[in-house]
Amino acid sequence: MNLLGQAIDWIIQNPEEFNRALGQHLLMSITAIVFALAIGLPLAVLILRHGSMAAAAINSVNGLRTLPSLAILAIMMPILGIGLWPSIVALTILALPPILINAYIGLRDVDADVIEAATGMGMSERQILRKIRIPLAAPAMFAGLRTASVQVLAGATLAPFIGGGGLGDFIAVGIAGMDQARLLVGAVPIALLALGTEFLLGQTERLLFGERRAA
Amino acid sequence: MTWAHKNIGLIAEAAGQHLLLSFLSVLIGCAVALVLGIVSARRPRLYAVFLTIAGIIFVIPSLALFAFLIPVMGLGMKPALTGLSSYCVLILLRNVVTGLRSVPDDVLDAADGMGFSRWQRLVRIELPLALPLIVSGIRIALVTVIGIATVAAFIDAGGLGTIILQGIDQSWPEKIIVGGALTAAIAIFFDLSMTWIERRLMRWRQA
Repeated sequence: MNLLGQAIDWIIQNPEEFNRALGQHLLMSITAIVFALAIGLPLAVLILRHGSMAAAAINSVNGLRTLPSLAILAIMMPILGIGLWPSIVALTILALPPILINAYIGLRDVDADVIEAATGMGMSERQILRKIRIPLAAPAMFAGLRTASVQVLAGATLAPFIGGGGLGDFIAVGIAGMDQARLLVGAVPIALLALGTEFLLGQTERLLFGERRAA
Repeated sequence: MTWAHKNIGLIAEAAGQHLLLSFLSVLIGCAVALVLGIVSARRPRLYAVFLTIAGIIFVIPSLALFAFLIPVMGLGMKPALTGLSSYCVLILLRNVVTGLRSVPDDVLDAADGMGFSRWQRLVRIELPLALPLIVSGIRIALVTVIGIATVAAFIDAGGLGTIILQGIDQSWPEKIIVGGALTAAIAIFFDLSMTWIERRLMRWRQA
Protein backbone atom coordinates (compact mmCIF):
# COMPACT_ATOMS: atom_id res chain seq x y z
CA MET A 1 0.00 0.00 0.00
CA ASN A 2 2.95 2.23 0.75
CA LEU A 3 4.09 1.83 -2.84
CA LEU A 4 0.65 2.80 -4.07
CA GLY A 5 0.84 5.93 -1.89
CA GLN A 6 4.19 6.83 -3.41
CA ALA A 7 2.77 6.31 -6.88
CA ILE A 8 -0.18 8.60 -6.14
CA ASP A 9 2.21 11.18 -4.69
CA TRP A 10 4.24 11.08 -7.86
CA ILE A 11 1.13 11.66 -9.98
CA ILE A 12 0.10 14.62 -7.79
CA GLN A 13 3.55 16.15 -8.06
CA ASN A 14 3.91 15.59 -11.82
CA PRO A 15 0.40 16.15 -13.16
CA GLU A 16 1.58 17.42 -16.54
CA GLU A 17 3.72 14.42 -17.32
CA PHE A 18 0.99 12.05 -16.20
CA ASN A 19 -1.74 13.81 -18.13
CA ARG A 20 0.36 13.88 -21.28
CA ALA A 21 0.99 10.13 -21.07
CA LEU A 22 -2.69 9.44 -20.37
CA GLY A 23 -3.66 11.70 -23.25
CA GLN A 24 -1.31 9.95 -25.66
CA HIS A 25 -2.58 6.57 -24.48
CA LEU A 26 -6.22 7.51 -25.06
CA LEU A 27 -5.52 9.36 -28.29
CA MET A 28 -3.71 6.47 -29.97
CA SER A 29 -6.20 3.87 -28.71
CA ILE A 30 -9.31 5.79 -29.78
CA THR A 31 -7.82 6.82 -33.14
CA ALA A 32 -6.83 3.21 -33.84
CA ILE A 33 -10.32 1.93 -32.98
CA VAL A 34 -11.94 4.58 -35.20
CA PHE A 35 -9.63 3.68 -38.10
CA ALA A 36 -10.23 -0.04 -37.61
CA LEU A 37 -14.00 0.53 -37.63
CA ALA A 38 -13.74 2.75 -40.71
CA ILE A 39 -11.79 0.05 -42.54
CA GLY A 40 -13.29 -3.10 -41.05
CA LEU A 41 -17.02 -2.44 -41.36
CA PRO A 42 -17.06 -1.40 -45.06
CA LEU A 43 -14.63 -4.23 -45.82
CA ALA A 44 -17.03 -6.71 -44.17
CA VAL A 45 -19.87 -5.47 -46.41
CA LEU A 46 -17.60 -5.64 -49.44
CA ILE A 47 -16.43 -9.21 -48.89
CA LEU A 48 -19.99 -10.26 -48.08
CA ARG A 49 -20.87 -9.70 -51.75
CA HIS A 50 -17.80 -11.46 -53.12
CA GLY A 51 -17.51 -14.94 -51.67
CA SER A 52 -14.03 -15.70 -52.98
CA MET A 53 -12.65 -12.48 -51.48
CA ALA A 54 -14.19 -13.36 -48.13
CA ALA A 55 -12.13 -16.52 -47.66
CA ALA A 56 -8.93 -14.73 -48.63
CA ALA A 57 -9.64 -11.74 -46.38
CA ILE A 58 -10.64 -13.83 -43.37
CA ASN A 59 -7.64 -16.11 -43.74
CA SER A 60 -5.14 -13.30 -44.03
CA VAL A 61 -6.69 -11.47 -41.09
CA ASN A 62 -6.53 -14.67 -39.04
CA GLY A 63 -2.87 -15.00 -39.96
CA LEU A 64 -2.36 -11.45 -38.72
CA ARG A 65 -3.86 -12.53 -35.41
CA THR A 66 -1.05 -14.98 -34.66
CA LEU A 67 1.60 -12.27 -34.96
CA PRO A 68 2.48 -11.07 -31.45
CA SER A 69 1.42 -7.46 -30.83
CA LEU A 70 5.00 -6.60 -29.83
CA ALA A 71 6.19 -7.67 -33.29
CA ILE A 72 3.47 -5.68 -35.08
CA LEU A 73 4.48 -2.57 -33.15
CA ALA A 74 8.19 -3.24 -33.58
CA ILE A 75 8.04 -3.65 -37.35
CA MET A 76 6.40 -0.23 -37.71
CA MET A 77 9.60 1.45 -36.55
CA PRO A 78 11.80 0.61 -39.55
CA ILE A 79 8.85 1.33 -41.87
CA LEU A 80 7.37 4.50 -40.37
CA GLY A 81 9.94 5.71 -37.84
CA ILE A 82 9.13 6.58 -34.25
CA GLY A 83 6.38 8.63 -32.68
CA LEU A 84 2.63 8.43 -32.30
CA TRP A 85 1.68 7.53 -35.87
CA PRO A 86 3.56 4.24 -36.15
CA SER A 87 1.84 3.14 -32.94
CA ILE A 88 -1.56 4.16 -34.27
CA VAL A 89 -1.01 2.16 -37.46
CA ALA A 90 0.12 -0.88 -35.45
CA LEU A 91 -2.86 -0.65 -33.11
CA THR A 92 -5.23 -0.32 -36.07
CA ILE A 93 -3.81 -3.59 -37.42
CA LEU A 94 -4.35 -5.16 -33.99
CA ALA A 95 -7.96 -3.99 -33.83
CA LEU A 96 -8.90 -5.01 -37.36
CA PRO A 97 -9.26 -8.83 -37.01
CA PRO A 98 -11.95 -8.93 -34.29
CA ILE A 99 -13.92 -6.07 -35.91
CA LEU A 100 -13.80 -7.47 -39.44
CA ILE A 101 -14.47 -11.10 -38.52
CA ASN A 102 -17.34 -10.35 -36.15
CA ALA A 103 -18.97 -7.95 -38.59
CA TYR A 104 -18.61 -10.39 -41.49
CA ILE A 105 -19.99 -13.36 -39.58
CA GLY A 106 -22.82 -11.25 -38.19
CA LEU A 107 -23.80 -10.02 -41.65
CA ARG A 108 -23.43 -13.44 -43.25
CA ASP A 109 -25.35 -15.47 -40.69
CA VAL A 110 -28.56 -13.48 -40.83
CA ASP A 111 -31.44 -15.94 -40.97
CA ALA A 112 -32.03 -16.95 -44.60
CA ASP A 113 -35.81 -16.88 -44.07
CA VAL A 114 -35.66 -13.24 -43.08
CA ILE A 115 -33.72 -12.38 -46.24
CA GLU A 116 -36.20 -14.36 -48.31
CA ALA A 117 -39.13 -12.54 -46.73
CA ALA A 118 -37.46 -9.19 -47.44
CA THR A 119 -36.84 -10.17 -51.06
CA GLY A 120 -40.47 -11.25 -51.29
CA MET A 121 -41.53 -7.83 -50.07
CA GLY A 122 -39.67 -6.35 -53.02
CA MET A 123 -36.65 -5.01 -51.18
CA SER A 124 -33.52 -4.37 -53.21
CA GLU A 125 -30.10 -5.75 -52.21
CA ARG A 126 -29.21 -2.33 -50.85
CA GLN A 127 -32.34 -2.06 -48.76
CA ILE A 128 -31.83 -5.57 -47.40
CA LEU A 129 -28.32 -4.62 -46.35
CA ARG A 130 -29.36 -1.35 -44.73
CA LYS A 131 -32.64 -2.35 -43.16
CA ILE A 132 -32.13 -6.06 -42.42
CA ARG A 133 -28.55 -7.27 -42.35
CA ILE A 134 -26.82 -4.38 -40.60
CA PRO A 135 -29.38 -4.01 -37.77
CA LEU A 136 -29.40 -7.77 -37.18
CA ALA A 137 -25.58 -7.93 -37.24
CA ALA A 138 -25.20 -4.98 -34.83
CA PRO A 139 -24.76 -7.14 -31.69
CA ALA A 140 -21.96 -9.12 -33.33
CA MET A 141 -20.32 -5.92 -34.52
CA PHE A 142 -20.46 -4.45 -31.04
CA ALA A 143 -18.93 -7.61 -29.57
CA GLY A 144 -16.09 -7.20 -32.06
CA LEU A 145 -15.63 -3.59 -31.00
CA ARG A 146 -15.44 -4.70 -27.36
CA THR A 147 -12.77 -7.34 -28.02
CA ALA A 148 -10.82 -4.92 -30.19
CA SER A 149 -10.91 -2.14 -27.57
CA VAL A 150 -9.42 -4.34 -24.85
CA GLN A 151 -6.74 -5.57 -27.26
CA VAL A 152 -5.86 -2.07 -28.38
CA LEU A 153 -5.58 -0.77 -24.82
CA ALA A 154 -3.23 -3.67 -24.05
CA GLY A 155 -1.25 -3.07 -27.23
CA ALA A 156 -0.97 0.64 -26.44
CA THR A 157 1.00 -0.19 -23.27
CA LEU A 158 3.75 -1.51 -25.56
CA ALA A 159 3.93 1.73 -27.58
CA PRO A 160 6.83 3.25 -25.58
CA PHE A 161 9.10 0.55 -27.04
CA ILE A 162 8.80 2.31 -30.38
CA GLY A 163 8.73 5.83 -28.98
CA GLY A 164 4.96 6.11 -29.04
CA GLY A 165 4.60 7.28 -25.46
CA GLY A 166 1.53 6.54 -23.39
CA LEU A 167 1.12 5.11 -19.91
CA GLY A 168 3.45 2.20 -20.68
CA ASP A 169 6.27 4.74 -20.54
CA PHE A 170 6.11 4.75 -16.74
CA ILE A 171 6.44 0.97 -16.65
CA ALA A 172 9.41 1.06 -19.02
CA VAL A 173 11.08 3.76 -16.89
CA GLY A 174 10.18 1.87 -13.72
CA ILE A 175 11.77 -1.36 -14.95
CA ALA A 176 14.85 0.40 -16.31
CA GLY A 177 15.48 2.21 -13.01
CA MET A 178 13.95 -0.47 -10.75
CA ASP A 179 11.65 2.24 -9.42
CA GLN A 180 8.70 0.27 -8.05
CA ALA A 181 6.47 3.26 -7.35
CA ARG A 182 6.91 4.38 -10.96
CA LEU A 183 5.85 0.93 -12.17
CA LEU A 184 2.53 1.43 -10.43
CA VAL A 185 2.12 4.95 -11.86
CA GLY A 186 1.79 3.15 -15.20
CA ALA A 187 0.26 -0.17 -14.20
CA VAL A 188 -2.65 1.00 -12.02
CA PRO A 189 -4.16 3.46 -14.55
CA ILE A 190 -3.59 0.95 -17.38
CA ALA A 191 -5.40 -1.78 -15.47
CA LEU A 192 -8.24 0.54 -14.42
CA LEU A 193 -8.61 1.82 -17.96
CA ALA A 194 -8.81 -1.71 -19.39
CA LEU A 195 -11.24 -2.94 -16.73
CA GLY A 196 -13.35 0.21 -16.96
CA THR A 197 -13.59 -0.05 -20.74
CA GLU A 198 -14.52 -3.72 -20.61
CA PHE A 199 -17.15 -3.05 -17.94
CA LEU A 200 -18.64 -0.01 -19.69
CA LEU A 201 -18.81 -1.69 -23.08
CA GLY A 202 -20.28 -4.80 -21.46
CA GLN A 203 -23.00 -2.70 -19.80
CA THR A 204 -23.67 -0.79 -23.02
CA GLU A 205 -23.95 -4.08 -24.86
CA ARG A 206 -26.51 -5.36 -22.38
CA LEU A 207 -28.42 -2.11 -22.56
CA LEU A 208 -28.53 -2.08 -26.36
CA PHE A 209 -28.99 -5.72 -27.20
CA GLY A 210 -30.01 -7.55 -24.01
CA GLU A 211 -28.08 -10.55 -22.76
CA ARG A 212 -25.01 -11.33 -24.79
CA ARG A 213 -25.52 -14.09 -27.26
CA ALA A 214 -22.80 -16.66 -27.70
CA ALA A 215 -20.68 -15.52 -30.64
CA MET B 1 19.11 -12.85 -43.84
CA THR B 2 22.82 -12.87 -42.91
CA TRP B 3 22.24 -12.23 -39.24
CA ALA B 4 19.75 -15.10 -38.86
CA HIS B 5 22.13 -17.38 -40.75
CA LYS B 6 25.04 -16.72 -38.46
CA ASN B 7 23.01 -16.86 -35.29
CA ILE B 8 20.89 -19.99 -35.69
CA GLY B 9 22.12 -21.21 -32.30
CA LEU B 10 21.07 -18.03 -30.57
CA ILE B 11 17.67 -18.06 -32.24
CA ALA B 12 17.11 -21.72 -31.36
CA GLU B 13 17.98 -20.99 -27.75
CA ALA B 14 15.50 -18.11 -27.61
CA ALA B 15 12.84 -20.30 -29.24
CA GLY B 16 13.55 -23.04 -26.68
CA GLN B 17 13.15 -20.59 -23.81
CA HIS B 18 9.96 -19.31 -25.39
CA LEU B 19 8.51 -22.80 -25.63
CA LEU B 20 9.55 -23.64 -22.08
CA LEU B 21 7.95 -20.46 -20.77
CA SER B 22 4.73 -21.09 -22.73
CA PHE B 23 4.43 -24.80 -21.85
CA LEU B 24 5.12 -24.27 -18.16
CA SER B 25 2.59 -21.44 -18.00
CA VAL B 26 -0.12 -23.54 -19.63
CA LEU B 27 0.75 -26.48 -17.38
CA ILE B 28 0.46 -24.39 -14.21
CA GLY B 29 -2.67 -22.66 -15.53
CA CYS B 30 -4.15 -26.07 -16.36
CA ALA B 31 -3.48 -27.44 -12.86
CA VAL B 32 -5.12 -24.39 -11.26
CA ALA B 33 -8.07 -24.44 -13.66
CA LEU B 34 -8.65 -28.17 -13.08
CA VAL B 35 -8.78 -27.75 -9.32
CA LEU B 36 -11.03 -24.67 -9.54
CA GLY B 37 -13.16 -26.29 -12.25
CA ILE B 38 -13.69 -29.56 -10.38
CA VAL B 39 -14.58 -27.69 -7.20
CA SER B 40 -16.98 -25.30 -8.90
CA ALA B 41 -18.51 -27.25 -11.80
CA ARG B 42 -21.65 -28.10 -9.79
CA ARG B 43 -21.63 -24.93 -7.68
CA PRO B 44 -22.79 -22.11 -10.00
CA ARG B 45 -22.26 -19.32 -7.45
CA LEU B 46 -18.68 -20.33 -6.70
CA TYR B 47 -18.04 -20.75 -10.43
CA ALA B 48 -19.30 -17.19 -11.05
CA VAL B 49 -16.86 -15.87 -8.43
CA PHE B 50 -13.90 -17.75 -9.93
CA LEU B 51 -14.90 -16.66 -13.43
CA THR B 52 -15.12 -13.00 -12.42
CA ILE B 53 -11.68 -13.04 -10.79
CA ALA B 54 -10.10 -14.85 -13.75
CA GLY B 55 -11.88 -12.45 -16.10
CA ILE B 56 -10.49 -9.40 -14.31
CA ILE B 57 -6.94 -10.76 -14.56
CA PHE B 58 -7.48 -11.61 -18.21
CA VAL B 59 -8.44 -8.03 -19.10
CA ILE B 60 -5.37 -6.46 -17.45
CA PRO B 61 -2.73 -5.85 -20.17
CA SER B 62 0.30 -8.11 -19.84
CA LEU B 63 2.89 -5.39 -19.27
CA ALA B 64 0.79 -3.92 -16.43
CA LEU B 65 0.24 -7.37 -14.89
CA PHE B 66 4.00 -7.99 -14.94
CA ALA B 67 4.55 -4.55 -13.41
CA PHE B 68 2.27 -5.51 -10.50
CA LEU B 69 4.27 -8.68 -9.92
CA ILE B 70 7.75 -7.11 -10.03
CA PRO B 71 7.62 -5.49 -6.56
CA VAL B 72 6.68 -8.91 -5.13
CA MET B 73 8.77 -11.25 -7.25
CA GLY B 74 11.48 -9.18 -8.89
CA LEU B 75 12.43 -9.74 -12.52
CA GLY B 76 12.87 -12.98 -14.47
CA MET B 77 10.98 -16.25 -14.95
CA LYS B 78 8.95 -16.14 -11.72
CA PRO B 79 6.76 -13.10 -12.47
CA ALA B 80 6.59 -14.11 -16.14
CA LEU B 81 5.29 -17.60 -15.32
CA THR B 82 2.86 -16.24 -12.73
CA GLY B 83 1.48 -13.66 -15.13
CA LEU B 84 1.24 -15.93 -18.14
CA SER B 85 -0.34 -18.80 -16.23
CA SER B 86 -2.95 -16.46 -14.74
CA TYR B 87 -4.02 -15.58 -18.27
CA CYS B 88 -4.54 -19.27 -19.04
CA VAL B 89 -6.84 -19.80 -16.08
CA LEU B 90 -9.86 -17.99 -17.57
CA ILE B 91 -9.68 -19.86 -20.88
CA LEU B 92 -9.08 -23.25 -19.27
CA LEU B 93 -11.56 -22.84 -16.41
CA ARG B 94 -14.39 -22.13 -18.84
CA ASN B 95 -13.59 -25.18 -20.91
CA VAL B 96 -13.06 -27.50 -17.92
CA VAL B 97 -16.41 -26.53 -16.43
CA THR B 98 -18.28 -26.69 -19.75
CA GLY B 99 -16.69 -30.09 -20.35
CA LEU B 100 -17.61 -31.45 -16.92
CA ARG B 101 -21.16 -30.12 -17.23
CA SER B 102 -21.57 -31.72 -20.64
CA VAL B 103 -21.41 -35.21 -19.12
CA PRO B 104 -25.00 -36.53 -19.38
CA ASP B 105 -26.88 -37.07 -16.12
CA ASP B 106 -27.76 -40.67 -16.93
CA VAL B 107 -24.06 -41.47 -17.37
CA LEU B 108 -23.42 -40.05 -13.90
CA ASP B 109 -26.37 -42.03 -12.50
CA ALA B 110 -25.01 -45.20 -14.09
CA ALA B 111 -21.60 -44.59 -12.53
CA ASP B 112 -23.18 -44.02 -9.12
CA GLY B 113 -25.26 -47.16 -9.60
CA MET B 114 -22.10 -49.16 -10.30
CA GLY B 115 -20.83 -48.10 -6.89
CA PHE B 116 -18.15 -45.65 -8.07
CA SER B 117 -16.86 -43.29 -5.41
CA ARG B 118 -16.96 -39.57 -6.26
CA TRP B 119 -13.24 -39.66 -6.98
CA GLN B 120 -13.53 -42.74 -9.22
CA ARG B 121 -16.43 -41.19 -11.05
CA LEU B 122 -14.43 -38.02 -11.61
CA VAL B 123 -11.24 -39.70 -12.82
CA ARG B 124 -12.77 -42.53 -14.84
CA ILE B 125 -15.94 -40.96 -16.23
CA GLU B 126 -16.19 -37.19 -16.00
CA LEU B 127 -12.65 -36.10 -16.85
CA PRO B 128 -12.23 -38.48 -19.83
CA LEU B 129 -15.56 -37.29 -21.25
CA ALA B 130 -14.57 -33.66 -20.71
CA LEU B 131 -11.18 -34.25 -22.31
CA PRO B 132 -11.93 -32.94 -25.83
CA LEU B 133 -13.09 -29.59 -24.43
CA ILE B 134 -10.16 -29.42 -22.02
CA VAL B 135 -7.75 -30.06 -24.90
CA SER B 136 -9.47 -27.35 -26.91
CA GLY B 137 -8.94 -24.99 -23.96
CA ILE B 138 -5.27 -25.97 -23.78
CA ARG B 139 -4.91 -25.18 -27.47
CA ILE B 140 -6.42 -21.70 -27.16
CA ALA B 141 -4.42 -20.99 -23.99
CA LEU B 142 -1.17 -22.14 -25.59
CA VAL B 143 -1.67 -20.03 -28.73
CA THR B 144 -2.57 -16.99 -26.62
CA VAL B 145 0.39 -17.43 -24.28
CA ILE B 146 2.90 -17.95 -27.10
CA GLY B 147 1.98 -14.49 -28.37
CA ILE B 148 1.97 -12.73 -24.99
CA ALA B 149 5.23 -14.43 -23.90
CA THR B 150 7.12 -12.07 -26.23
CA VAL B 151 6.38 -9.28 -23.73
CA ALA B 152 8.02 -11.35 -20.95
CA ALA B 153 11.39 -10.57 -22.56
CA PHE B 154 11.01 -7.07 -21.18
CA ILE B 155 11.13 -8.37 -17.62
CA ASP B 156 14.21 -10.52 -18.36
CA ALA B 157 12.40 -13.83 -18.79
CA GLY B 158 14.03 -14.49 -22.18
CA GLY B 159 12.29 -16.01 -25.21
CA LEU B 160 11.78 -14.74 -28.73
CA GLY B 161 10.73 -11.31 -27.48
CA THR B 162 14.41 -10.74 -26.62
CA ILE B 163 15.26 -10.83 -30.32
CA ILE B 164 12.41 -8.44 -31.15
CA LEU B 165 13.49 -5.99 -28.43
CA GLN B 166 17.09 -6.17 -29.67
CA GLY B 167 15.84 -5.41 -33.16
CA ILE B 168 14.02 -2.33 -31.82
CA ASP B 169 17.05 -1.10 -29.86
CA GLN B 170 19.46 -1.58 -32.75
CA SER B 171 16.99 -0.56 -35.51
CA TRP B 172 17.59 -3.96 -37.09
CA PRO B 173 14.42 -4.99 -39.01
CA GLU B 174 15.70 -8.51 -39.68
CA LYS B 175 15.71 -9.30 -35.96
CA ILE B 176 12.17 -8.00 -35.54
CA ILE B 177 10.95 -10.05 -38.48
CA VAL B 178 12.75 -13.23 -37.40
CA GLY B 179 11.47 -12.93 -33.81
CA GLY B 180 7.92 -12.07 -34.85
CA ALA B 181 7.59 -14.57 -37.68
CA LEU B 182 9.03 -17.42 -35.62
CA THR B 183 6.60 -16.68 -32.78
CA ALA B 184 3.69 -16.70 -35.26
CA ALA B 185 4.95 -19.92 -36.86
CA ILE B 186 5.17 -21.66 -33.49
CA ALA B 187 1.65 -20.48 -32.60
CA ILE B 188 0.25 -21.70 -35.92
CA PHE B 189 2.04 -25.05 -35.58
CA PHE B 190 0.49 -25.73 -32.17
CA ASP B 191 -2.90 -24.47 -33.29
CA LEU B 192 -2.96 -26.94 -36.18
CA SER B 193 -1.46 -29.92 -34.37
CA MET B 194 -3.74 -29.55 -31.37
CA THR B 195 -6.78 -29.15 -33.59
CA TRP B 196 -5.79 -32.50 -35.08
CA ILE B 197 -5.55 -34.07 -31.61
CA GLU B 198 -8.94 -32.60 -30.72
CA ARG B 199 -10.53 -34.23 -33.74
CA ARG B 200 -9.02 -37.60 -32.84
CA LEU B 201 -10.33 -37.24 -29.31
CA MET B 202 -13.82 -36.35 -30.51
CA ARG B 203 -13.91 -39.45 -32.66
CA TRP B 204 -12.60 -41.53 -29.76
CA ARG B 205 -15.21 -40.07 -27.46
CA GLN B 206 -18.02 -40.91 -29.85
CA ALA B 207 -16.74 -44.44 -30.47
